[in-house]
Amino acid sequence: MARMKFICDAERCIECNGCVTACKQENEVPWGVNRRRVVTMNDGVPGEKSISVACMHCSDAPCMAVCPVDCFYRTDEGVVLHDKDMCIGCGYCFYACPFGAPQFPQAGAFGMRGKMDKCTFCAGGPEKDNSPEEFAKYGSNRLAQGKLPACAEMCSTKALLGGDGNVIADIFRDRALKRGKGAEVWGWATAYGKPDHPEQQAPKGAKS
Amino acid sequence: MISARRFTIAFAAMALVAGLAGCGEKEQVVVYQQGKYQGKPDTQPWNDAPAASLYTTSTWTKGDKSSWETALRSRSQNQNEYVRIGDR
Repeated sequence: MARMKFICDAERCIECNGCVTACKQENEVPWGVNRRRVVTMNDGVPGEKSISVACMHCSDAPCMAVCPVDCFYRTDEGVVLHDKDMCIGCGYCFYACPFGAPQFPQAGAFGMRGKMDKCTFCAGGPEKDNSPEEFAKYGSNRLAQGKLPACAEMCSTKALLGGDGNVIADIFRDRALKRGKGAEVWGWATAYGKPDHPEQQAPKGAKS
Repeated sequence: MISARRFTIAFAAMALVAGLAGCGEKEQVVVYQQGKYQGKPDTQPWNDAPAASLYTTSTWTKGDKSSWETALRSRSQNQNEYVRIGDR
């Protein structure tokens, strides 16, 4: 089995934040914590690009390396998870992560930092699968239900792909080859498909 | 009627048991091993029966990793619109 990975296709992402909403809803993520977010570059400028970012489940995860209590582990499917019962909320993983994936719920009058929370690839955590304890601490365990992460499955344009790295890389490669590159990506045919009867012309003089 | 001697012996035995119970206290502090995961062990998703959860949609054989992978791989193709809708 290859590693579980996410790919976000910047040509397709329309910044709808559906992935963010799906994640919040599926895992009942508390206020102030965003396991996933959409980042837009050159916002408002023609040609702007958006990309959905969460934990990338690194093969050599820096969060794992810096954790002083070693609460991180990697599953057989390559998903980086952590034990919240061990986490001391020090925030080292937040500084180490290049994607800003680790999140910390703020609570109390002084905004005390709680235990770290991050994307679990919808794989839950070190509790009994699909148990209430697992859901309360880590959210939904969709992998144990034979499903893929909610964000990827909910993506309306299928910009965000999630699953076995080999499979989603094949899907992305196939897509990139079919759509071409540069100016070929844009246009009516790309958006709505090629006409079934290209010889058929619209009647002249009629309203569109 | 229990004699005073028996009562004393019984009391002493109970005190001894209660006293020794304290020696059986479990370690409450984690003994760290540098660079190793210290938390609880996790279960593998393919070790659950497919019907174990209310919301399970895929089917696989419990304990068979390859069948679980196959189920997920086929579900991954739902993300490929060239397969889902058809190549036009």
